[in-house]
Amino acid sequence: MAWQTFAHDADVGVRGSGATLAEAFAGAATALTAAVCDPARVRAHEAVAIACAAPDDELLLVDWLNALVFEMATRHMLFSRFDVSIDGHRLQATAWGEPVAAPRHRPAAEVKGASYCELEVGRQPDGRWLAQCIVDV
Amino acid sequence: MDTTLLTQRGPFEWELPASGRMRVPGILFASRELVAAMDDKVREQVANVASLPGIVAASYAMPDAHWGYGFPIGGVAAFAADEGGVVSAGGVGFDISCGVRTLHTGLKRADVEAAQARLADVLYARIPAGVGSTGVLRLAAAGMDAMLKGGARWAVQEGFGTAADLSRIEESGCVAGADAAAVSDQAKKRQRDEMGTLGSGNHYLEVQAVAELFDAAAARAYGLAVDDVVVSIHCGSRGLGHQIGTDYLREMVVAAPAAGIALPDRELACAPLDSALGRRYLGAMRAAINCALANRQILTHLARAAFAEVFPGVALPLLYDVSHNTCKEETHIVDGRPRRLFVHRKGATRAFGPGHAELPREYAAAGQPVLIGGSMGTASYILAGAAAAGERAFGSACHGAGRAMSRHEATRRWQGRALVDALAAQGILIRSPSWRGVAEEAPLAYKDVGAVVDAADRAGLAIKVARLSPLVCVKG
Repeated sequence: MAWQTFAHDADVGVRGSGATLAEAFAGAATALTAAVCDPARVRAHEAVAIACAAPDDELLLVDWLNALVFEMATRHMLFSRFDVSIDGHRLQATAWGEPVAAPRHRPAAEVKGASYCELEVGRQPDGRWLAQCIVDV
Repeated sequence: MDTTLLTQRGPFEWELPASGRMRVPGILFASRELVAAMDDKVREQVANVASLPGIVAASYAMPDAHWGYGFPIGGVAAFAADEGGVVSAGGVGFDISCGVRTLHTGLKRADVEAAQARLADVLYARIPAGVGSTGVLRLAAAGMDAMLKGGARWAVQEGFGTAADLSRIEESGCVAGADAAAVSDQAKKRQRDEMGTLGSGNHYLEVQAVAELFDAAAARAYGLAVDDVVVSIHCGSRGLGHQIGTDYLREMVVAAPAAGIALPDRELACAPLDSALGRRYLGAMRAAINCALANRQILTHLARAAFAEVFPGVALPLLYDVSHNTCKEETHIVDGRPRRLFVHRKGATRAFGPGHAELPREYAAAGQPVLIGGSMGTASYILAGAAAAGERAFGSACHGAGRAMSRHEATRRWQGRALVDALAAQGILIRSPSWRGVAEEAPLAYKDVGAVVDAADRAGLAIKVARLSPLVCVKG
């Protein structure tokens, strides 16, 4: 699993890749945390279960990231580890993290939502899976 | 942006002729330099908006336009319900009714400079800002619904601010047609402890001094003189608005094919105005506008308390409050006849000209105050809606400097700590929970706000009234 954030004029792009679709989704989730703070600062102490389903893989990525945004906002948590399984267009996951501690996490910005801009989910020519979109910060 | 694809209609007006799926032309208001500096994605997005059903006159871009998602940020478009027009959740965005309000303080620059560090510390202590911060209120179900229906009026009834504030807010602080039942439980849950919070990113509370006046009559009407100190608050509808955007974008993306709408970009997700989904979204979006107005009203109360702690007896009357990310039903003259239109302003400010019925009496001659946020190290501006703006872009103007580079690039170029020190040496005190957040919002990451407001002024969208320079900035 690999992840990165990428540039957008006003907001931030999140991208994950991996040998499977689930790994790519886990990578995109790590990049989502990176839009807020350094994921290495976030301890994987508490587990939150997340499930979503969508008509296609692209909508499923947006739903997955938005489910995380919702849990981050309402639980005041940050996440750093993601155990994801995908069956068809149904996702089940456990996100591991801890409550926001501003002095230690130094969060730069909250994510408002995942957008459909630059939204792409698919298999690359090298066989690896990629999942990305722009998130509004 | 490649300007060869545009036709120059004036020194500050460029047309993107209708072609392909575009139903109307695109019109960009900007200087040659600003247009040239815009990303080509802005042109693509202006064209995509022009292809939506029921769009009237043109798809507009303001001088601060930059690459958004779906609509460009700085995009304006109006739709007619009787022509199959749409309302677009993407055209409003996630941060519904994000806006700016400016308060007088009755203080002069020298007064504040004598207690600047203390004021900065007290404001930072009293204004909840940054990721994970929570407000003074916990809203249960009944209170939530009353807030969503009542907006700033509700906040005043709850003891935040005074009734005199309300006439200085668009729609007198409460937009009609809000439907709390159209707001999801998730959206309400996100808002439960976020009332009276600033948020993060580009949101801020800033203490500013009037540095320069350009229009003496309008400045007088607005009560502004050189060296006067004002407070500007930039924030929106917080988690509630974000979740409403999330909820309805998805619903509209899925429903668009059945409604016969071919989306050139899924982020332009929309629904016919004359549909159950369109009406539900309008009800929820209006509730989010009221949430933003209530939020800024509570923050105003907190700012007043902070100022009173440092300057006992000071009063902070409201100058005005504008919203940026909205869809509003308004009457505009099109081809010589009045029409009811649904005007989307995505990162654009309503800018009604002199004599408009919506304006408070004391501003009727000057036009609506148009509050333009700059960046924390440069300047902000107050403009006045121009009489011509109603005919130019449905009474709209720019909303800020507009980003010139990505957050990535900004953090690569600058370090937050060094920026804060450099600004302090210039007499500007920054208080923020995040160095990286400060770096992402570095002054030079934004366009030259002076060039943006000059273009708005010269294009006839709004008239320059005052330039404000920052003294203290609390960043979320």
